[in-house]
Amino acid sequence: MAPFDLVPLVGKGFGYALFGLVGVGFGAILEMAGFGDSRKLAGQFYLGEMTVLKVMFTGIIVACLLIFLSSSLGILNFDAIAVNPTYLTPQIVGGLIMGVGFIIGGFCPGTSVVAFSTLKLDGLAFLIGVVLGIGAFGESVSLFDEFYNSAFMDRFLLSDWMGVSIGIAVVLVILLAVAMFYGAEILERVFGDKIPLKRIQFLPQNRWKLLGSAALLGTALLILVIGQPTPERKWVQMSAVEGKRLLDRDVQIHPAELLNTMNDGTLYTRILDVRTESDFNLFHIEGARSVALADLVDSQYVETLKRVPKNTVLVLVSNGEQLATEAWKLLRAQGVLNLYLLEGGINGWLDTFSHSLMLDSALVRGNGSNEDEKLHFAFTKALGGSHPVSNPMLRIHGFESAAKYQPKIKLQTKKFIAGGCG
Amino acid sequence: MSEMKKDPKPYLDPYISGALLGVVLFAAFFLTGNGLGASGALNRLEIALVKLFSPGHVDCVTYLASMGAGDLNPLDSGPVFMLLGTFLGGMISGIFNRRFKVELRKGPRISNRNRIVFALLGGIIMGYGARLARGCTSGQALSGGAVLSVGSWAFMFSVFIGGYLLAFFVRKLWT
Repeated sequence: MAPFDLVPLVGKGFGYALFGLVGVGFGAILEMAGFGDSRKLAGQFYLGEMTVLKVMFTGIIVACLLIFLSSSLGILNFDAIAVNPTYLTPQIVGGLIMGVGFIIGGFCPGTSVVAFSTLKLDGLAFLIGVVLGIGAFGESVSLFDEFYNSAFMDRFLLSDWMGVSIGIAVVLVILLAVAMFYGAEILERVFGDKIPLKRIQFLPQNRWKLLGSAALLGTALLILVIGQPTPERKWVQMSAVEGKRLLDRDVQIHPAELLNTMNDGTLYTRILDVRTESDFNLFHIEGARSVALADLVDSQYVETLKRVPKNTVLVLVSNGEQLATEAWKLLRAQGVLNLYLLEGGINGWLDTFSHSLMLDSALVRGNGSNEDEKLHFAFTKALGGSHPVSNPMLRIHGFESAAKYQPKIKLQTKKFIAGGCG
Repeated sequence: MSEMKKDPKPYLDPYISGALLGVVLFAAFFLTGNGLGASGALNRLEIALVKLFSPGHVDCVTYLASMGAGDLNPLDSGPVFMLLGTFLGGMISGIFNRRFKVELRKGPRISNRNRIVFALLGGIIMGYGARLARGCTSGQALSGGAVLSVGSWAFMFSVFIGGYLLAFFVRKLWT
């Protein structure tokens, strides 16, 4: 499923060629729209010529509709799309500064490249300025590092901000854009064609523009009706590959592998315990965190799991394997990496390690239950994570995990091509 | 007739150019997972230039080192080739539409020399702002706007506000 990590997929040469090809399309369109001409760009700010606004917003909403429509239809995985992280204050201040640069110089970086490519001397001068400005920033950013990294909100969408679904946000964006296009047409007649206000016809005249607006809005409504894929739907789409990993038992790690990983100083191990809170309080592996299955579809929570340090191993734990497997599917469907589950669950853990340890009065082997998701052990009191069996390697001097196991953990890093302007 | 042939062809309708731009932007996301951009690649170009003259300096400044320290080649990245493509695409369209010629575009009331000075000055301001905002009009406004990033939308409106606030005072540059 798109998008693709091009360079590893098709090799550097071909991958970079594709980047170049996208650039050719970009440059040609900017040139054809007239963005190689500083007067046309600056005209936006004197209200007589609204080309910049029209081209930009049409481009944004057409791309937006295509992206979310293909995500709705399961062609594109939106989780793998780079969304510019929000650093609100520096972005607002940077934007204001750029507005000033825009009206003084008449270009933005991309359009000055296009102007220079058609031998416009002011484009070249601007481009040299941009490179100097970028240089000045690189040299001085250390002076205000704190500000540069302030108001960080990560992957924060308009829909998150408004508290609505992506479909609703898309519809609202289209409505805003169409309203702005209408306003732009009126402004052009008043300030560009200098038509007196009385003689302006305020009803839209052009049938094609009306049809276009209707098509945009219709597509947005379609996106709203289909909705964005739920984790369950995404799992169905990826189950061919990921389901095989489950069946091949590539992700079920032996208790001893978990124990060794927990005590490996070069790795972070984050154990997510998806059992009930009472089972968690009775006994859990040291350092485990209790999390309800329902929280695993909360996008904010899942986002924190995706932002863990690169050397983090995530391990899901339940009493058996059934619940942990459900949790594994949900999180994989949402793009969480380096995700494993404990083979045999807590029961398997206790089976493995209580053999080599003296059982005390608090922990009794065998309570008669053999259901997968029930504890097979009885406890006379709630042990939490304090019993030696919670981390036998650390608590009992000289403990060596005797069990032989097949190591399965392989750390994977997600490559977001640090691209675009980022 | 021969006189007419030399005139540049008219620009494309803004809504049609916008729709085409949207398709290219979508293609960029679909193929690479990232949108379009220019200033990020220009940043790498700047680092490459600094490295040419003073490689040690690149290693010392954190912001530069992340893209060009030691054996890292700052130009070894997809967006740099996208920038190259943008230049090429602009040139091809310029040649086909008879706009490929040495010119200086300016308002009616400004001298050639001043136009160059202000273009350079505007570029410096723009370059600085673009890095502070973590992207330019293409990388932030277009790409971030299309994927509904809050920061990108705030950025976009800030650019317009900044421009409109100053427009009246610098009207001699353009009108």
